[in-house]
Amino acid sequence: MKALLVGESRQGQLLDSSYETVAFVRKLGAEAVMFLVGSEGDLPRFDGKLYLADAAACGEYNPAAHKALLLEVVAKEQPDLVIFAHSSYGWDLAPRLALALKAAQISEVIDIQEGAYLVPACNAKLRRQVAAKSAVTVVTIQAGAFGLDGEPTGSPSVEKLAAPAAGDLEFQGYEAAEKGEVDLSRAEIIVSAGRGVGKAENVAIIASLAKALGGELGASRPVVDAGWVDHSRQVGTTGQTVAPKLYVACGISGAIQHLAGMKKSGFVVAINKDKDAPIGEIADVLVVADVLQFVPALTERLTK
Amino acid sequence: MKILVCVKQVPDMESRFKIDPSGTWYATTDLAWRMNEYDEYAVEQAVQLKEQLGGAPELTVVSIGPERVKEAMKKALAMGCDKGAHIQDEQSCAKDPFEIASILAEYARLQGFDLILTGMQSQDRGSAQVGVLLAELLGIPAVTTIVDFTHQDGAVTVKRELEGGLKAAVKVRLPALFTCQLGLNTPRYPTLPNIMKAKKKELASLAVADLLRVEPLAETRKMAFPERKGGGLVLEGEVAALADQLLGILKEKTAVCK
Repeated sequence: MKALLVGESRQGQLLDSSYETVAFVRKLGAEAVMFLVGSEGDLPRFDGKLYLADAAACGEYNPAAHKALLLEVVAKEQPDLVIFAHSSYGWDLAPRLALALKAAQISEVIDIQEGAYLVPACNAKLRRQVAAKSAVTVVTIQAGAFGLDGEPTGSPSVEKLAAPAAGDLEFQGYEAAEKGEVDLSRAEIIVSAGRGVGKAENVAIIASLAKALGGELGASRPVVDAGWVDHSRQVGTTGQTVAPKLYVACGISGAIQHLAGMKKSGFVVAINKDKDAPIGEIADVLVVADVLQFVPALTERLTK
Repeated sequence: MKILVCVKQVPDMESRFKIDPSGTWYATTDLAWRMNEYDEYAVEQAVQLKEQLGGAPELTVVSIGPERVKEAMKKALAMGCDKGAHIQDEQSCAKDPFEIASILAEYARLQGFDLILTGMQSQDRGSAQVGVLLAELLGIPAVTTIVDFTHQDGAVTVKRELEGGLKAAVKVRLPALFTCQLGLNTPRYPTLPNIMKAKKKELASLAVADLLRVEPLAETRKMAFPERKGGGLVLEGEVAALADQLLGILKEKTAVCK
């Protein structure tokens, strides 16, 4: 079996998700070549052939242009499998390539099981085994599901690709998140509020527990989107990645994007009235209770 | 201007799921159903654009599925869509993203929509493919995961959400399709008068057999609950006792509360 790994870069900088595709293909034991729109100054550490299009000449991500480049590489290499990270780049580009190749796309693969790909369903409460019926398969792999053991090594043999015609989107620039006052990545204790807190006024209950434990307040995405907590405190793939010694998830169901941002925490306590909530899968302790009743009781014991 | 919003009806994710006897999907009995959360943002964006343009655009909501999905469509109509097209399909949950997108493309191709909005993914299947595939099948640009939307003079400028808080601003001319991320706007609650008005809006029925012309590319072999990886302690009971228990564990297992 031959695989084409789709690496990812932004402003000429290689993104770490590229190595997750390497880890995945090693697990499969398949022969692999890589494709990257990136820069010669920041090549992936990878032993094998790398098809490189110059990011400076291509401009930032433009789907039609990247699809055209990928189709050129697919025609040369005839891979059985094309592997993307399930990222804002991967989930945008993969379906376009899959359709052009009349290939099945299997999204957000977390494992291989009984000869099929395992993917999450229903907010990660269920798992689905999916198999392709097409000759070529396109997969996107879940962020963080496959990691390399140790540092990546190797140096690729580079074959350059000419810049494609411009795409149909006009890139106008990046906007970075506003720098908040808190750097959660350095916090030793984080107590996060999730949708289960119910309303903005109840965030204070969670903040009191954070204070009683001497930690920082964090939040899941829905709470930030609702404007209950500032974005600078958001934990997850679109917020901050954290690794505190203690993480207390209050009323957080455990969407994959949240888990990816906190699963390296030392000790995880989850408080949730839903015993089946996916947060229970990575929690060291799952307290099945209403956060609004349980958290004040815990805070009281810590402060007296 | 003609605008299409694609919505899916999904179970409330707080539901207690069971596996269907087929073993390849969840049981659809005893579930509370709602509009896919991402699609609510798509409906809201369409309605806001209609308001911005003085009510000129015609908003159509489309959904595929059994009779019950009309409930999600009625919500979209009550939020401000003008009419609905229900593609009747008892087996929609067994169809892969390529089939679903192909059905929608067959429907949309004849209508000449200037703007199509979808959620970035469904909460149950979560493939994040249908919107992009639909645009590719129609030969129009697609921009995914938008968290900001501005329409001016036949062009749309959006912000795509990337990783780590980064956003990319992208401009595209219509016709185009956009997939909506959470936080794009604040979806409105339908008011009672609007719910009443929605009952009188056109909700046409189409047979899926007339629109499906492709074979699936992928198959679901099995659906199951995740294997519990063990180790995790589950505490249940009365709140005061639970708090004492957890405090004991924190003192024993972590260095943080001595």
